[in-house]
Amino acid sequence: MGKILLVIQREYLARVKKKSFLIATILTPLIFPAIMGVFVWIAVEEKDSQSLRIIEVIDETDLFFMESSEQYAFTSSVDDPEIAKKMVQDGERYGFLHIPKIDIKSPEGIQFYGVENPSLTLMGYLEGALKRKIEDQKLFAQGIDPKVLKEIRTDVSIQSITLGEEGEEKINNANVNYAIGFLAGILIYIFIFVYGNQIMQGVIEEKSTRIVEILISSLKPFQLMMGKIVGIGAVGLTQFLIWVVLIGTLSSIVMGVLGMQMPQQQAMEMANPEFAQAAPDSSELADIMAVISGIDFVALVACFVIYFLGGFLLYGSLFAAIGSAVDSPSDAQQFMFPITIPLIVAYMGLFVFVLQDPTSTTSFWLSVIPLTSPIAMMGRISYGVPFWELALSMGLLIGGFLFTTWLAGKIYRIGILMHGTKPTYKILWKWIKTSQ
Amino acid sequence: MLQITQINKSYENHRALTDVDLFVPKGKIFGLLGPNGAGKTTLIRIVNQIIEQDSGSVELDGKKLSPDDIRKIGYLPEERGLYKKMKVWDQLIYFSRLKGLGESEAKIQIKHWLEKLDIASWGDKKIEDLSKGMAQKVQFISTIVHRPSLVILDEPFSGFDPVNAEIIKNEILELREKGTTIILSTHRMESVELLCDQVAMINRSRKILDGTIREVKMSFRPEVFKVALSHVKKDLPQEWIPRYSDEAWEFTLPLSGKTPNQLLSELMEYGEVMLFKELIPSMEEIFIHQVKASANG
Repeated sequence: MGKILLVIQREYLARVKKKSFLIATILTPLIFPAIMGVFVWIAVEEKDSQSLRIIEVIDETDLFFMESSEQYAFTSSVDDPEIAKKMVQDGERYGFLHIPKIDIKSPEGIQFYGVENPSLTLMGYLEGALKRKIEDQKLFAQGIDPKVLKEIRTDVSIQSITLGEEGEEKINNANVNYAIGFLAGILIYIFIFVYGNQIMQGVIEEKSTRIVEILISSLKPFQLMMGKIVGIGAVGLTQFLIWVVLIGTLSSIVMGVLGMQMPQQQAMEMANPEFAQAAPDSSELADIMAVISGIDFVALVACFVIYFLGGFLLYGSLFAAIGSAVDSPSDAQQFMFPITIPLIVAYMGLFVFVLQDPTSTTSFWLSVIPLTSPIAMMGRISYGVPFWELALSMGLLIGGFLFTTWLAGKIYRIGILMHGTKPTYKILWKWIKTSQ
Repeated sequence: MLQITQINKSYENHRALTDVDLFVPKGKIFGLLGPNGAGKTTLIRIVNQIIEQDSGSVELDGKKLSPDDIRKIGYLPEERGLYKKMKVWDQLIYFSRLKGLGESEAKIQIKHWLEKLDIASWGDKKIEDLSKGMAQKVQFISTIVHRPSLVILDEPFSGFDPVNAEIIKNEILELREKGTTIILSTHRMESVELLCDQVAMINRSRKILDGTIREVKMSFRPEVFKVALSHVKKDLPQEWIPRYSDEAWEFTLPLSGKTPNQLLSELMEYGEVMLFKELIPSMEEIFIHQVKASANG
């Protein structure tokens, strides 16, 4: 046992002390807010620096009055489309909107001229404005006052509340649950791949540099393998916990500074005024905040840690076995299939089944079978999972990793001493059978 | 010290060791010889408990080999390896602690050896920053830092320049002085003659000879004498193939059933005997002869 600890310690320190680890750990949680910040900044800058764009309008129906916005001004200074086009070409006007005599029932033939491709935003803005005008006209023709209609329009949002076993009520929000399930699932997927690969690289390094010969004259191959897996797993866990703390601190700072205002919403409003109307009003925002603060983050993090460790041990030993069987990383490709396929199935399943319907039969099986459960179950957890399913899933996961480490140990102890042979699945099977 | 009895080991396609018996006496340097693929590495791995024999037993100090004996054995494999990105000091601490040394004891020993081999200033360097010879020194330290009573060295001189090879050679002799038993596996027969007290040779999974250097040489002497004659009185027989150089006739003569004295008195009739010396084969010659003989047999 003492020797395993030594291996764990070495594997852990060798990685945590690296500069690249420090940089990745500190920068990753900053990258997403930073990218978002850059977008917001660019949007603000662009809006400030942009000169007002003047668009010439020739309306042959005389029905439309285009209201100018902060970005676009509409004028009707000429009647001849050819002159208007010339003005656009000369740069006097940003664009030219030509509304010919149209039938209001099927408005076709409206054209926009410009020297550059108009942005989606501008086209959306123009189309939206014209659509509203035409609808108003139609309503008016039917004898309905558009003002009355506006008063009739009502926003409805349903508050979802789950009842606990003791009747306690908890406010829910499907979007928040989706986001959490999505993030947690992806994070486990990435962690397994990144750190699993590190195990494999580490094993290949020891094998190809022949350090392994000295190591296993000092301790059992299984001890060495477990030490490596656990040590690298601890690195992953450390990184995750640092992220939790960092993101926690950062977001509370951001929340404090912005006074509960979501930066995304601001960004959307700035980029596209149309969204402003569609965006949730402040009361819904407050709801989301209430939901977020109602989530049991301790339980969430605990589950994440359990599934991360379980999934990592399960796959990590397979990565170690592959590393032991080959001489170089390029030879490892052929054996990656059995690892990649279930991981990708779990990943796809997360989006196609689990996040869409967390309680469906497929979601249940995906979150119970050990090969897929670490990713799939994390997608379900924020929706609430019955205790027995959680227990079954975790129990099977423990059984699963005991099985894979046992299997991997058999391959590993023979593989690390084999040089120059290109193993096949058949040979691996032989190793499993022959090692006692 | 180390008693190996009737060891057998076979891999899937071939036999690596067949009924091998060996006795390595305490405090001696024991040469383990044999061509590549003879089974030496397999034998060394069995002693190191890296792999298990199919049958037979290995006893260290009269007791069956157990995992606790790892501490007593130091092993320098032929293919060397150290963690490239790890500092010399950390690396030595790691290996010695894996062998079972306590932390404070490990520090004392490592400091001692780094100073002894004149590389104390390298402690903070990473292996990738060292030359091959420097790394070999570090590797040598990692083999003996836990003061094993049995040291197994597989081609210890490869990668060393003559100066450093001499240093390592002296360290090996010093270890023997202190009572350490050393198994030396090498192809360099000159270092075998220089260092080894005893040798054993393995070829095609079997032990084909063992004994002290002298015993082995004596058992393989071809009973041929080198002779030089001057002032020759009568014609030498042509089958002796005499060659004239430095005012003397030189040739070799087999005993052919006579005693050396009989042969000598026969020679005296031809002239003045300037040289009469039995040809003792070098270990190299024995090695090559034996490998060839068992290949033909």
